Amino acid sequence: MTLLLEQLLNGLQFGVMLFLLAAGLTLIFGIMGVINLAHGSLYMIGAYAAAIAAERTGSFLVAVPAGLAAAGLAGMAMEYLVIRRLYARDHLDQVLATFALILFFNQTVTLLFGRQPLFVSIPPALNGSIEILPELAYPVYRLAIIAVGLAVAVGLYLLINRTRIGMLVRAGATHRDMVRALGVDVRLLYTAVFGLGALLAGLAGLMAGPILAVQVGMGEQILIMTFVVVVIGGVGSIRGAFFGALIVGVVDTLLRAFLPGLLRQLTTGPEADALGAGLSSMGIYLLMAVVLLVRPKGLFIANA
Amino acid sequence: MKFKSLLLALAMTGAALPAGAETPVKIGMITTLSGPGGYLGQDIRDAFKLAIDMEDGKLGGVPVELIVEDDSLKPGQGKQIADRLMKNDGVKLFTGIVFSNVAGATVPDIVDSGAVYVSPNAAPSNFAGKECHRNYFVVSWQNDSLHESAGQNATNLGYKRAFILAPNYQAGKDALAGFKRYFKGEIVGEVYTRLDQTDFAAEMAQIRAADPDVVFQFHPGGLGIAFLRQYQQAGLTGKIPMVLAAPSMDHVTLNAVGEAALGVNVSSHWNADLDNPANKTFMDAWQKAYNRPATYYASQGYDTALLIASALRQTGGKLDDIEAFNAALAKADFQSVRGAFKFGPNQHPVQDWRALRVEKDGDKLVLKTVGTIFTDHGDAYAEQCKL
Repeated sequence: MTLLLEQLLNGLQFGVMLFLLAAGLTLIFGIMGVINLAHGSLYMIGAYAAAIAAERTGSFLVAVPAGLAAAGLAGMAMEYLVIRRLYARDHLDQVLATFALILFFNQTVTLLFGRQPLFVSIPPALNGSIEILPELAYPVYRLAIIAVGLAVAVGLYLLINRTRIGMLVRAGATHRDMVRALGVDVRLLYTAVFGLGALLAGLAGLMAGPILAVQVGMGEQILIMTFVVVVIGGVGSIRGAFFGALIVGVVDTLLRAFLPGLLRQLTTGPEADALGAGLSSMGIYLLMAVVLLVRPKGLFIANA
Repeated sequence: MKFKSLLLALAMTGAALPAGAETPVKIGMITTLSGPGGYLGQDIRDAFKLAIDMEDGKLGGVPVELIVEDDSLKPGQGKQIADRLMKNDGVKLFTGIVFSNVAGATVPDIVDSGAVYVSPNAAPSNFAGKECHRNYFVVSWQNDSLHESAGQNATNLGYKRAFILAPNYQAGKDALAGFKRYFKGEIVGEVYTRLDQTDFAAEMAQIRAADPDVVFQFHPGGLGIAFLRQYQQAGLTGKIPMVLAAPSMDHVTLNAVGEAALGVNVSSHWNADLDNPANKTFMDAWQKAYNRPATYYASQGYDTALLIASALRQTGGKLDDIEAFNAALAKADFQSVRGAFKFGPNQHPVQDWRALRVEKDGDKLVLKTVGTIFTDHGDAYAEQCKL
């Protein structure tokens, strides 16, 4: 029972990380209609900037703003220099250009920092684990990630639904031309939204640093999962990204944790483990297929 | 008629020229230089280059040209590069592949087209047994051997219940099969992770629930760093000891993981502290050239270059007669940095395996050689190979 609970927490933690990435991706797609493959690069930039700041200063408190600033600025620069020229083009052009950006960023990071992964220590205050239930100790840092992720979700909800900027964002997603006709500077709005998405990706990256290895190509590993989240949740919907991310995080973790064990009880032989591993890594894609079959536009259709 | 004789004359003058004296021998290096596994390929490449530089652009007295291409850990890309190098550049000698899945897609094309492949790392089980090939040589080890040594090491250390994990691909399966072949205790859990997985929280929970004597895991490169750090973060370091094979604990991993690695038992065919003249020469040259810790990938890249050098010296740099070149390679007439080295019947190494332990040397963590696990150890598939 505690094992199940622990795996649920693991799933939740993975889910909020996915949410931070998916929120930006879905906003950018929903509002600007741009497929941004380079979103994972912003995650990498956040992680690298934070890792380097932490290494130079020895303080995680400096690393956080450094990671956020680097990712946010890189995102806005990306929008201003490249993405802005792609709004009117079709998706294939966008995919090509943003794919080129992935190559560009990966190579730049390789040139600057080399291929060996960087190491970030967990801030001392968050090191160790606490017993949240008897027999269930859980790393404090992962709990902190869950807390930050949920706080960001609430913050985004308030921002989108309760503020003037949020109103413009929502309006921009559905009636772009009307918003422009009313005299809103849509270009500025787009840059701001892109920067916000980049900021969230950077936040995910800098939080991932102390757990995972900070390395070139780390963004692409998680990007595919992020796209699955966006598709399951419904393209353009923040709420969809949130629930989609939690569903994908929990389902993926639980399948990985328990499916091989269940299969081992059904069939014997060494293939059970390999089969279990294969099936569990297919799990979220099967889930995506089923969701698309039942609700072709995803679980939460933007602004429906 | 006239045209034909002209051609013949041309061909004859071509043959009369001392072949290889002017045109360097092309060596195609397909390796992984990007992504989390990028530093592995980088070390193989840099060590290979080092051997060439130490001979002023030659190997075995023959000028060589090294063509390096990045496979990005994509099997399809490795295959394409090999095709291109063979067709467009006429490359007949290949090396460099780090990962078994890339090797699986690329090596058959190379050896079936009559070119030679000398592996500095990946050596999946399927190429070691029935499908062994005259043009295929392995300098590193057969995949299983790495993990057989870890299994024997765990048995030697007296562990009874093991939890084992590896990524779900050929080398991962070879790893667990190899470990189980020599581990005499009970396997209480066997988990296959994803090759692109970096978060192992779910696996940590399973390990804690199974409460084994020892954990064996195979996660090369960045994966291993993530695994070990999360092992520490989950509070398992110090509670459940770990036995590893060389790929999961190289010097880069060690530096990145830090204190969490203290006391970990490792098995390897090579270590930086091995006391033999070839290794001293290599380590000195490496430090001078690159000033970073050498991984065992580097040692293998260097050994591969030395082996190729020995064959080029014997054949005078000619690759036209592949059989003669193969025979020269098979002699393994070079001083390996790991000490004793010879080829078994399937052209995979027969070598010694050492027990290493992570210890503190001053305030630095080092991998220290503490004993021998196997001497003259070949692999389990050699018998099935009929060359």
